[in-house]
Amino acid sequence: MSLLNIDRVTKRFGGLIAVDNFSARIDEGTITGLIGPNGAGKTTVFNLLTGIYPVDEGDIFLGNQAITNQAPHRIATAGVARTFQNIRLFKELSVLDNVRIGAHSRGRAGIFGAIFRNRAARREEATIHAKAIQLLQEAGLAEYSSELAGNLSYGLQRKLEIVRALAGEPRLLILDEPAAGMNPRETEELMAFVRRLHDRGLTILLIEHDMKLVMSLCQRVIVMDHGQKIAEGPPEEIRTNRAVVEAYLGKGA
Amino acid sequence: MMNMSKSLLTSILRRIDEKEKSLYLLLLIAVAILPLASQSDYVLRIATLCGIYIVLALGLNLVTGYAGQMCLGWAAFYGIGAYTSALLVMRLHASFWLALPAAGLMAAFFGLLLGIPTMRLKNTYLAITTLGFGEIVRLILLNWTDLTRGSMGLPGIPSPSFFGIDLDGKLFYYYFIVVLVIVTLVTMARLVDSRLGRALQAIREDELAAKSMGIDTTRYKIVAFAIGAFFAGIAGSFFAHYSAYIDPHNFAFGESIAVLSMVILGGMRSLPGVVFGAVVLTLLPEVLREAAEYRMIVFGGILMLTMLLRPQGIFGGVQRKKVSLTPEAVGQGKQPLYQNRLPEKAG
Repeated sequence: MSLLNIDRVTKRFGGLIAVDNFSARIDEGTITGLIGPNGAGKTTVFNLLTGIYPVDEGDIFLGNQAITNQAPHRIATAGVARTFQNIRLFKELSVLDNVRIGAHSRGRAGIFGAIFRNRAARREEATIHAKAIQLLQEAGLAEYSSELAGNLSYGLQRKLEIVRALAGEPRLLILDEPAAGMNPRETEELMAFVRRLHDRGLTILLIEHDMKLVMSLCQRVIVMDHGQKIAEGPPEEIRTNRAVVEAYLGKGA
Repeated sequence: MMNMSKSLLTSILRRIDEKEKSLYLLLLIAVAILPLASQSDYVLRIATLCGIYIVLALGLNLVTGYAGQMCLGWAAFYGIGAYTSALLVMRLHASFWLALPAAGLMAAFFGLLLGIPTMRLKNTYLAITTLGFGEIVRLILLNWTDLTRGSMGLPGIPSPSFFGIDLDGKLFYYYFIVVLVIVTLVTMARLVDSRLGRALQAIREDELAAKSMGIDTTRYKIVAFAIGAFFAGIAGSFFAHYSAYIDPHNFAFGESIAVLSMVILGGMRSLPGVVFGAVVLTLLPEVLREAAEYRMIVFGGILMLTMLLRPQGIFGGVQRKKVSLTPEAVGQGKQPLYQNRLPEKAG
């Protein structure tokens, strides 16, 4: 059963075709890697998926629901959570608040609940708080709860961004270069963490340049070059795929 | 050993909380007995003025401090509240007690109206637009003479009455603004520490990330404007009846800048800071009355120094709340938190 269905999507920036007739299906409960040389259009695909850029042609479905050209907050509420290539935490807010904000789409309290603190609002706050602490504990970040997010080390910030995304109870988690800038130990830890999420049944789509990570973590790999999909399959197949090798190393390699 | 040090820590933390509480209580008592301590009308008038500016600045703080949206036309909402209330009472003979919330709602309505087209704008563009809005409102108040009497202003705005008893005493106004300040403070403290308040702060920190968390940023910014404007409208209504006379120059650009300065001086995102800023910048012109010609120089100088030395404001910066990790606080075992929990950490 495919959870995400990208159907012949095209995105142009002026004369540049950033994503060209791109299709992909992501199955429920899988980890899929999206790889390709710099400028291949990977992050653009992510930005189309999350509604940051409008799609020029094609459709995107989450389950049965069309999310093409929906506002980003609606797509997030529908169940797509993401992290960013260049970490975008709420730096001046506490670690706990970052995670609680991540749970925004699962809450309902408005002005009335905020001011009068009725039962429903109090219960919701307690649930969000408890959930946030639990997620932080599971990620080993609980001890930093009251720390400012911007004060965490780089590796922990990357992890916190994932935890914040998880707080929204997403159906699909998309990670944009989660291991970028991490040292080998941090990468190992991150991989173990992503594996645990996968074991829980979460569907994950990730962009990554660290091939070791992609090949050992992903069940399926999609390769892009010049905005097009040039290959798709299990990692061992991708490794020996002629088109992929050419895209990375050039012809005649 | 661990337990002991932990309980010691919590008791210290609690004591700090207690200290803070008693500080607030002392402040409250001081505010309550001020009229007894000083018989001077002048002192009472300045104190009441401080109250009005505290309410105004707290409203703006929600927009600029928490949601991070610049506004250079705050006095417009103040003026809309003042004129709404005065005209309702004078022309339609409405009760002050009806006109007061109506003034707040009218200002909030204009907050929505301003918010809908402008909330896609950022930084400088938003600042200029709100500046324009402030000027438009002032010019309308000035030129719609059939309604507002223009530059002649509205004299003789009546004081409220309560079951036939006229409440025009300075004491009534003083204690009433104290109540309004407390209500505003409690409301703001609660708003800020809620799902809504966190959403506003997320917008200030990183709008794109906020959207990706499911926050409808446009809607929340408009809501922030409307709530803040509501309190500005309330302050305006109070001011109109208190001073018994208003004219458009009460709500000019200088007023907007003064309120913004209060928020900046005291510290954005800090409620005590904003109160402090409002009090200092209300008192300052009084203290400097002798050197009236140099007043604005000193005023501007203080702002420049704040921006240079402490851009986060005197009380600004971040207050950290210790997060409790006890099972009760975490709420373990009370309810299933989410459907598919993470499995136990392996090995």
